[in-house]
Amino acid sequence: MNSHPSDSYLRTDRLPHLWCPGCGIGATMNSFVEAVKLSGISRKSLAVVSGIGCSGRVAGYLKADSFHTTHGRAIPFATGLALANPGLRVAVYSGEGDLVAIGGNHLLHAARRNVNIMVVCINNFTYGMTGGQLAPTTPIGSITATTPYGSTEMPCNLVNLAASAGAVFVARWTVFHVRQLACTMAEALVRRGFSFIEVLSPCPTLHLQRNNLGHGETEMRYFKEYSRVANNTSPVEAGLDRRDRKIIVGTFVKRERAVFFDSPDSVTLVRKKKVKA
Amino acid sequence: MCAEPLALLTGVHFMDGNSAVCEGAIAAGCRFAAGYPITPSTEIMERFASRVPRLGGICIQMEDECASIMACIGAVWGGAKAFTATSGPGFSLMMESIGYAAMTETPLVVVNVQRAGPSTGLPTMPAQADMLQARWGSHGDYRVIALCPNSPQECFDLAIKAFNLAETWRVPVLIMMDEVVAHMSERVVIPTLSEIAVVQRRYTQVRPGEYQPYRPAARGVPEMAPVGKGFFMHVTGLTHDAKGYPAMDPETQDALVRRFTAKIDSNADDIIVYEEEEIADAEVVVVAYGITSRAAAAAVEEARALGIPAGLLRLVTAWPFPEKKVRELSGRVKALIMVELNLGQMFLEMDRCAKGGAQSIFLGHAGGSIHRPEAILMAIQKAAQL
Ligand code: SF4
Repeated sequence: MNSHPSDSYLRTDRLPHLWCPGCGIGATMNSFVEAVKLSGISRKSLAVVSGIGCSGRVAGYLKADSFHTTHGRAIPFATGLALANPGLRVAVYSGEGDLVAIGGNHLLHAARRNVNIMVVCINNFTYGMTGGQLAPTTPIGSITATTPYGSTEMPCNLVNLAASAGAVFVARWTVFHVRQLACTMAEALVRRGFSFIEVLSPCPTLHLQRNNLGHGETEMRYFKEYSRVANNTSPVEAGLDRRDRKIIVGTFVKRERAVFFDSPDSVTLVRKKKVKA
Repeated sequence: MCAEPLALLTGVHFMDGNSAVCEGAIAAGCRFAAGYPITPSTEIMERFASRVPRLGGICIQMEDECASIMACIGAVWGGAKAFTATSGPGFSLMMESIGYAAMTETPLVVVNVQRAGPSTGLPTMPAQADMLQARWGSHGDYRVIALCPNSPQECFDLAIKAFNLAETWRVPVLIMMDEVVAHMSERVVIPTLSEIAVVQRRYTQVRPGEYQPYRPAARGVPEMAPVGKGFFMHVTGLTHDAKGYPAMDPETQDALVRRFTAKIDSNADDIIVYEEEEIADAEVVVVAYGITSRAAAAAVEEARALGIPAGLLRLVTAWPFPEKKVRELSGRVKALIMVELNLGQMFLEMDRCAKGGAQSIFLGHAGGSIHRPEAILMAIQKAAQL
């Protein structure tokens, strides 16, 4: 078999992966590998932490120190890992159910603290691994395994959530935008502080088919046709509603503030005091 | 790691159990803690927060107990020795991650200052009612080590031991305190550096390309590798093979879980610690642990003064349980009395091990206060007349 340019970044002994045909998660992983190459960060220093779900399986395919944790707890694990070992570049890679539903509290507080981790959140609008149940981003009216008459819940605007909690870098792309996604991920990899990248990704097996939205390819066309690149859009204005036929993508937030445990009012201050004493 | 000034407060102190367990953790080389405030354990994190930044360590308050324990597990994989401290409701929230630590063989220390439950219960009053939760609380089959200090001095000593056991066996080690031991102040002697044996993290000598994170090494315990050094290890809570890769088949599952249990069960004699008082000629043996063991010791002394051949078996490790010892005693004494602050938890284990030899007697209540020695003495007198 011919090798692929990304092979050295993957656990090829674990391939083929478990994702369905037409699923977008693998494409995002490819962009991530490109991003690692672009960023120039050392391979050894990269640690990838995932939670549970289809997107949570990414850690297991990347040839890095990789940690597949429990449902919702990837961010606190990554917090401990990054604080204990500041030489690592820690990336959390998981889905919206994992990071925003069961792990939502951890997302808020890690963003607020500005923990030095990068979060890639795959948003496929459903719980894939467990069979297509309601997710925090499921559009109103969608049929899911647990809303057989259609969801009535208001979906969450993830970029707004992350930005309002204090993330210093917030972006959104779709799996159609593989190049842009790779560049944005690379930028996040070399920045310090809490960054959050939402990636819209099709789940053809469950979400698309149940809602007569076609296949993976149909969704890619939808992403291509209706995405509007609008950097610096206020995240409040970047909500997703399929009826708008508009997906705002780009980098919405870029700002700097003290990184958790980098700040002069935490450890360093005490250390200075100690030296004086 | 104890070489830094201030790290080890060598000397004689008047200290409560919560402070002592914190000092023990520091003496063991722990420089990372993540916790969430909860009575009656709060002072442990508070003291750590004031102590470790000066030692180059980190103490963080997380948003809940789920996050606290997971941050500790992350820190351990990052290379730190880490611990968290909590009480009943927080301990319940940590159960999922205790299973994760067992599955991933993470050397982790968790302190549970037991208060009366269930639920919010009596937050400021003692109990010993999380003893079976400590053993069985997370889903699936696994093993933990649980230690029960009965004094502030032992809180210090057993904290060091807990970290050493965690590094040696790569299991969650639980320090099962109670509210009274946590808040009572006594003389605590902190020895000099050379008098303290600390087990440091041992990393594999195998080279990155050949290293397999879950290949069992000596005594069934796999070797750890440092993160960030090109080992490209994979750690998962899924059932995994020696490479650490998910393996979804009953054979791998059975071999893995049997190894988790075997590494503790077949080394139990090396792990178990207990103390015996007046056991040699005893006809009635009181079995107790934690604060209850001190009331029991007083009762046994009283009984001896009255001429009753009573003895005390004090559990220092509750888990693994000293099965052999209890079995041996049950073959030669009249009665075994388990005294504890619950409605019969370690009693079940004692009764199981006694196998109908000696009479198994239970003396306990649902917590909130500790036993009076007189109540235990009465139970001894009654048992002696059997
Ligand atoms: S179930 Fe959906 S999200 Fe999961 S692998 Fe299949 S297509 Fe992808």
